[in-house]
Amino acid sequence: MATFTLNGVETTLDADPNMPLLWALREKAGLTGTKFGCGLAQCGACTVHLDGVPVRSCQTFVGDVEGAEVVTVEGAEGPVAEAVRAAWVALDVPQCGYCQSGQILAAVALLSETPKPSDADIDGALDGNLCRCATYHRIRAAIHDAASRLEA
Amino acid sequence: MLSNARPDLRFALKKLQSAPVSRRRFLIGATATATGLAVGFHSLPSGAAEGGTPAQSATPSPFASYIELSEEGVVTVLSSQFEMGQGSYHGLATLVVEELDCGWQAVSVVGASGNTQLYGNLMWGGVAQGTGGSTSIATSWTRYRTAAATMKAMLVAAAAEAWGVPADEIEAAEGRLVHTASGRAAGYGDFARPAAALPVPQEVTLKAPGAWSQIGNPEVKRYDRRAKTDGTQDFTLDVRLPGMLTAVMIHPPKFGATLKSFDASGAREMPGVVEVVEVSRGIAVVAEDTWSAIDASHAVTAEWDESAAEQRGSAEILAQYRELARQAPQALAREEGDALGTLAGAERVIEAEFEFPFLAHAALEPMNAVARMNEGGSLEVWGGHQIPDLYRFLASQIAEISPEQVRLHVLKTGGGFGRRAVGDGDVVVEAVEVAKALGWRAPVKVQWTRENDMRGGRYRPAYVHRLRAALGPDGKPLAWDNHIVGQSIVAGTPFAGLIRDGVDATSVEGASTLPYAIPNLRVGLTTTDVKVPVLWWRAVGSTHTAYATEVFIDELAEAAGADPVQYRLDLLADHPRHAAVLRLAAEKAGWGQALPEGRFHGVAVHESFASFVAQVAEVSMEGGQVRVHKVVCAVDCGIAVNPDTIKAQMEGGIGFGLGAILQEELTLTEGAVDQANYDSYRPLRLSQMPEVEVHIVESDASPTGVGEPGLPPIGPAVANAVAKASGRRIRVLPFEKGLNA
Ligand code: FES
Ligand code: FES
Repeated sequence: MATFTLNGVETTLDADPNMPLLWALREKAGLTGTKFGCGLAQCGACTVHLDGVPVRSCQTFVGDVEGAEVVTVEGAEGPVAEAVRAAWVALDVPQCGYCQSGQILAAVALLSETPKPSDADIDGALDGNLCRCATYHRIRAAIHDAASRLEA
Repeated sequence: MLSNARPDLRFALKKLQSAPVSRRRFLIGATATATGLAVGFHSLPSGAAEGGTPAQSATPSPFASYIELSEEGVVTVLSSQFEMGQGSYHGLATLVVEELDCGWQAVSVVGASGNTQLYGNLMWGGVAQGTGGSTSIATSWTRYRTAAATMKAMLVAAAAEAWGVPADEIEAAEGRLVHTASGRAAGYGDFARPAAALPVPQEVTLKAPGAWSQIGNPEVKRYDRRAKTDGTQDFTLDVRLPGMLTAVMIHPPKFGATLKSFDASGAREMPGVVEVVEVSRGIAVVAEDTWSAIDASHAVTAEWDESAAEQRGSAEILAQYRELARQAPQALAREEGDALGTLAGAERVIEAEFEFPFLAHAALEPMNAVARMNEGGSLEVWGGHQIPDLYRFLASQIAEISPEQVRLHVLKTGGGFGRRAVGDGDVVVEAVEVAKALGWRAPVKVQWTRENDMRGGRYRPAYVHRLRAALGPDGKPLAWDNHIVGQSIVAGTPFAGLIRDGVDATSVEGASTLPYAIPNLRVGLTTTDVKVPVLWWRAVGSTHTAYATEVFIDELAEAAGADPVQYRLDLLADHPRHAAVLRLAAEKAGWGQALPEGRFHGVAVHESFASFVAQVAEVSMEGGQVRVHKVVCAVDCGIAVNPDTIKAQMEGGIGFGLGAILQEELTLTEGAVDQANYDSYRPLRLSQMPEVEVHIVESDASPTGVGEPGLPPIGPAVANAVAKASGRRIRVLPFEKGLNA
């Protein structure tokens, strides 16, 4: 059982404190935009924001989020999230799309901290987000594109 | 995946239909026969003519076969082709939007299945529905354009009748019908019902290429891109049904081992656990939710009978392959002139041995499927069904019902790369078996963990290539001998008919089709018997043959003191499409011009799945590590239906292939897989991705595939650059191993 803010709404989830947040979000809260890829903090498909910081929800537990603020891909909004989505759509980034919830949340977190990221900043922030379709080339370009949209 | 470049596949599948040898081999044929649709594919329209020439159309009504049109005007393309990220849904939608003139506003695509006559892959002779060999556009090119043009003609006819005006005065555009003279206008949806009731026109005229507004338009973006940025795109992982249970599998620790006994008493006590059952492929831990099933699976102990299991490590397997490679091949895939004689008498002989590891598909969505038995005895199965007809048949066998009682929901999948096209239907079979073991009392999702997925088998086979060449006085190759050693992908599967005269085409493709003019040439194959389950892995045979042949030809150029591009071009006089992409990539990359200090160019060209791709890689060595900065890619895939998707597939193929040659390797120790997750099996990461520049050759040839052909050249292009940078030819993959070998 945990009570926390989920996408801006106070929520109580009736789940074992040892259950990974990933599965609680997906199967208790019904938010399936957060994906399962590895369960071991190796792929980033399950990335969510915990108090504004990107975390792997497969290695974050229900017991850890009491009183915290959790944002999933369904709830990511505001100018940075909008700029990121607009860039993703303009550059047609997704292929299978399975990793993209995680990529987008990682990009939103990066741009919120670093509005004009260098390639090295992008590498540092998104290297943990695997894309087996290798859309990396466009992810990088889309982050730069989102940065210029935010500047404009 | 299955190749349209292999004419024998049609033959193979047909043979299965008419002459079943064993039950397994009979599957495809039985599927078709059981659905009563084994014949008649060739009467499907294949000859609707291009621009201006009326074509004979034996099209079934397009309504509800290939396209649904709602009364609200929503266009739903019923796709015969599976979407795993490669953009096939978008490609088919593009063909439909082009000919239907419905605009993109109200277009969606869903997977269709259950009708081989409508959806059979024409590149496979139409005998089964399936996706593979980069054939989606090729099989759909005429079929879906004809369906859309037919639907448009029927809508126009319905409006003409209702308005009492001549059909040829009605314009159809952006989903609206307009008769300017009378001032009448309506949306397509308004005529969906009356149009569907009209007779199907016997002739339709497809647009001439000059009239295309969608095909070839680089501004057309994927119709599904928004759902893939806001979390609304569903996959099999996301299927939720009332009362659904989730099962996690425990598979044998070694390939070929079988279950002796298990103890699940602890697991059964755990919260959320419903049942622990034995099925043909292992043990299933069934729970109310996924986490409970995963958690409880660790509490099950099992004993396995390993007497028939593979016990060798991958190092032993590869050492044996090296020995075999030095002996005579079992079978010849190609023989011209006298390669052995020429080599024996030659003054200059160059030799090389290449070693390729097992590789995992490691798609980001781990394998999964959902099965539900309905009241009344019909079975529904949700999943990434890449070979629907086969899976429908397999599911019906387990459920002991007829294939007609099985309904498949073909969902988009989170990456495939060949993994979802399996002859034994692995996870699909598991889902149905588990649901059956529970007495059909609830819908069941079988969800593999990453560890299940990594260790579940079905890898790109390991191979060894031995190459020898004799150079003439002018430096050109006089003889070429290539011996390939490795497992057959198709042996013992419904596709075994692909083996001809002891040669599995998927083992040698790309090597047996070497384009270079060499008078004495031999390509041999030795097929090995190893119990590691193998499968097509994006670009199949070309994943290793392109590497071995293109690194070796580069080495010959070096030995001849020739420029690697010119050396190839001199041997490609009879292969203009190879030569054209090679020239284009070289020109765009500035081949031969000075590069920044420490940077080197390498090149490769390869044909796979009837598309031609050349790449120039710009590489440096940093602290003993290979760094790829930029790749310039030229592709000829015939008519470019979706230029942006083609570019994306080239980029993706390059990234996928680069990860494999740099660092991916699936190894076994005493028969057990060493890797379990992405910490030890490591696909490419963002920081390793080079800049990619793609150039598409303008062409009016029929469109061919792009899902796979971007991959084969990247390995050899990088290796050839590394040879310049370091003086070393990497012959053992991945590079991480080869650089230290
Ligand atoms: S599922 Fe959490 S990082 Fe992969
Ligand atoms: S888009 Fe397929 S894994 Fe990233």
